[in-house]
Amino acid sequence: MVDYKLLVPQFLLAGLAFGLLALDLVLPPARRRYIAYLGALGLVGIVLSTISLRGQEAALYGGLFLIDNYALFFQGLFLVMGAVILLAAEDHVRKFLGHAGEYYGLVVVAVLAMTVMTSAGELLTAYIALELLSFTFYVLSAYATRDLRSNEAGVKYILLGAFSSALLLYGISLIYGATGTTYFRGIAGAVGGTLSPGLLLGLVLLIAGFAFKAAAVPFHMWAPDVYEGAPLPTTAYLSVAAKAAVFGLLLRLFSQGLLPAIEVWRWVIVALAAASITVGNLVAIPQTNIKRLLAYSSIGQAGYLLVGLAALSPQAVSGVLVHLAGYAATNLLAFTAVIAYYNETGHEQIEDFAGAAERAPYLALLLTIAMFSLAGLPFFAGFTTKFYLFTAAAQEGLLWLVGLAAAMSVVSLYYYLMVIKQMYIHPSRHSPRLRPGFVLTGVLGVLAFAVVAIGVYPGPLVRFIETASKGLFS
Amino acid sequence: MLSVLVLVPVLVAGLLVALPSGRLRALRSLALGAGIVELALALYVFLSYDSNLGGYQLVERYRWLDSLGVSFHLGVDGVSAPLVLLNGIVLFTGVIISWHMKPRPKDFFILFFTLASGVFGTFVALDLFFLFFFYELAVLPMYLLIGVWGSSSDFGTFIRTKEYGALKLTLVLVAGSVLVWVGLLAMYVEAGVGSFDLLDLEAAGMSVGVQRFLFPFFMLGFGVLAGLWPFHTWSPDGHVAAPTAVSMVHAGVLMKLGAYGLLRVGISLLPEGAHAWAPVLIVLGTVNVVYGAMSAMAQKDLKYVVGYSSVSHMGYVLMGLATLTVVGMDGAVLQMFSHGIMTALFFALVGIVYERAHVRDITVFEGLAKRMGLTSAFFVVAGLTSLGLPGLSGFVAEFLVFVGVFQTYPVLGVLAIIGAAITAVYILRLLGKVFFGPLNPKWEKLPDATPREGFAAAVLVATIVFVGVNPGFLMRAIDSGVQALATRL
Repeated sequence: MVDYKLLVPQFLLAGLAFGLLALDLVLPPARRRYIAYLGALGLVGIVLSTISLRGQEAALYGGLFLIDNYALFFQGLFLVMGAVILLAAEDHVRKFLGHAGEYYGLVVVAVLAMTVMTSAGELLTAYIALELLSFTFYVLSAYATRDLRSNEAGVKYILLGAFSSALLLYGISLIYGATGTTYFRGIAGAVGGTLSPGLLLGLVLLIAGFAFKAAAVPFHMWAPDVYEGAPLPTTAYLSVAAKAAVFGLLLRLFSQGLLPAIEVWRWVIVALAAASITVGNLVAIPQTNIKRLLAYSSIGQAGYLLVGLAALSPQAVSGVLVHLAGYAATNLLAFTAVIAYYNETGHEQIEDFAGAAERAPYLALLLTIAMFSLAGLPFFAGFTTKFYLFTAAAQEGLLWLVGLAAAMSVVSLYYYLMVIKQMYIHPSRHSPRLRPGFVLTGVLGVLAFAVVAIGVYPGPLVRFIETASKGLFS
Repeated sequence: MLSVLVLVPVLVAGLLVALPSGRLRALRSLALGAGIVELALALYVFLSYDSNLGGYQLVERYRWLDSLGVSFHLGVDGVSAPLVLLNGIVLFTGVIISWHMKPRPKDFFILFFTLASGVFGTFVALDLFFLFFFYELAVLPMYLLIGVWGSSSDFGTFIRTKEYGALKLTLVLVAGSVLVWVGLLAMYVEAGVGSFDLLDLEAAGMSVGVQRFLFPFFMLGFGVLAGLWPFHTWSPDGHVAAPTAVSMVHAGVLMKLGAYGLLRVGISLLPEGAHAWAPVLIVLGTVNVVYGAMSAMAQKDLKYVVGYSSVSHMGYVLMGLATLTVVGMDGAVLQMFSHGIMTALFFALVGIVYERAHVRDITVFEGLAKRMGLTSAFFVVAGLTSLGLPGLSGFVAEFLVFVGVFQTYPVLGVLAIIGAAITAVYILRLLGKVFFGPLNPKWEKLPDATPREGFAAAVLVATIVFVGVNPGFLMRAIDSGVQALATRL
């Protein structure tokens, strides 16, 4: 018997998504902004029902769908992210995109897909959830219908995304062929210290498919183009939420399903991590467009997260989760600031940020905080979360990889400083002061607070995450 | 008490963010108030340190992240107490010197106080996570402080822009801190006590092989910030480009963070490694002294002379530490204090001259003493401290370092004394050229330091003289700290 109480957040999410779509039909255009506010309110409300479930352990539908603190942590994270995206997107959608109701509805559908991904205890459930997520993002990427770049992004994403989904599915079928199960726990029982050739091939295809979704080098080619072409709120959402969901799924799959064979696959993840960290950070240097810069920087960040996946101890998993939370707050802060700037100016080249400190001191300060946090400087989330993650990885014998990651964060500091240099040192080429809207300002303030809070007082968050990741290994 | 010392500047920075940017008077009162409070707290910390008791005092400890073994653990010993005082003094004078900071004074003070928090925090942290946290926090504001408020240097054939100096300083220092970071993580894993606490790690002990392997990470990582040759080039470029108050704090105090880290983390936690690498460190330190002095002699820009002289003087600190003897390390720590005050004074005075003349080229100045009596007198004191005149703080410090070096590496001692002689040459030549002789009519109208600037410089001069005639004031504390450290060697 399935205990439907545990699925209340998912039901509410589905209801909310369709509710927002329906609202679009009845509200006059002038009032459509309330759809976003209502959606955000709904998502925050659903967070409450997620919180009420904490501490619950259950396997629904015979183990297809798992509820535990790990899943609930991600559920909460995605709900908050979704709310932030809705509020950050509203102004942008109204000014540049149109079809507001569908946009907000799809954002909520994506939240639903991600909560299922991180709750999945079996490969096909995970695959279906991942496809649902991918399809919403294909649409959200191509949303600026009159913008050629956006169309190109959508086409590129859907073609390469379909290809990677095929890889993934083929990998799943091989694994099923070799082990006779698609349940994570079942796979763990079937694999030993060595893998049969079929299982090995399946695993390699699986890793390649997920690496594509997480934009890890060398499967990252799509990311900069899609990030640049997609509307700004979509890029923001893609860079944090999609990445977090893929890692949420990967961590569960690897710790519950593939831990016995860790010596076989670890080097693959290590290689992906090293390549992502190096390429992502080095190629970010010559970028002139802020979205592309953040795209490459997020490839580098995916590399840091892969370091934690390669270590795969309970503490390393906590490290990945802590870093994901910090990264999400930081990157959303960066993107929301960029959205606010773009809404007022229509520019997104890095050199267009010249003189931002004079024109919009608050925005410039917050974007600077985000840049410092991404570079891993203290007082901000990036420093603390990276320190935690790298300590955990060093304990598993990956010190050299941590050394590489730390060295590359110096490189990353260079290109983040170039953005800061434009804002603070270069004189402005346009004069008028910018006044971002009330809602955007509020969202920015909340995100900045989160970035600082995680940076200086991570205790409560870390303690919850540690119980969540311990549960994964029991 | 220590947590207040560390947190007040960053809270002030937070308050300043909220302050409307037009409120200049409120801004200055807040900055000055914070400067006074910090000076008083630093003085209190130093005076309440009991040398007879030794060990870590004024200890505070709050839980922070148990699973990682990190706690907010603060305390001072005989080594850090004088350095806290140093930072209090330099910070206070720095605020006074930057009274008329333009443009965007608010942003300047926000970053300046962030820097101050970082420096205080590094000196008093007894947990390596927080030591590193504050160490990085001290580097964070530098890029903007130099890039926005700094000045570029024109060498005729090429220009060293402030952006260049800012970027070089930031990236080199962060690169150094990466070495420290990797070293810290390796130490954490090797010690196997699951704690970043300094005291736990002291107690844990590590095998000789591990210590020898890890020591270079700290020697080079912290050494970069201490201006260790050949990683010193960020220092002249960065300090010359920086605005006056930032040069004061950075050359005066921040470079000491490097030497302090080397002593606190490198030598104290990895004594075997220190013994193995001391010969390398002392040779590099000697190169610092001689090479820095010779480079200073070749400079035409007043600020570059001071910049390279810092590199040279930090060499004494490194040499003193590398002797691993009590007397040598005593001298090194006293030299940190003495050089900090002296360099702050130098940069303050160069700033005063530059603000009025808008050039720093030594060759264009002549006989400034006739117009800028006060500035010149202070400059002479700073110069004489620099070349080690008895009765001023530099003499005691360098003397102790020399004693330590002659006990261990006499040949290098001779070289270091030659370095001191070169210092005398370039300092006296500079004083003679810029301040004495007939007045160049071009500088007929140059006004002297204002009472405000004079006061700031006088505070520094008074400290130099006081420590020079009464070194025991600091030495009792320093010696108690170094003695405790030396028992681990």
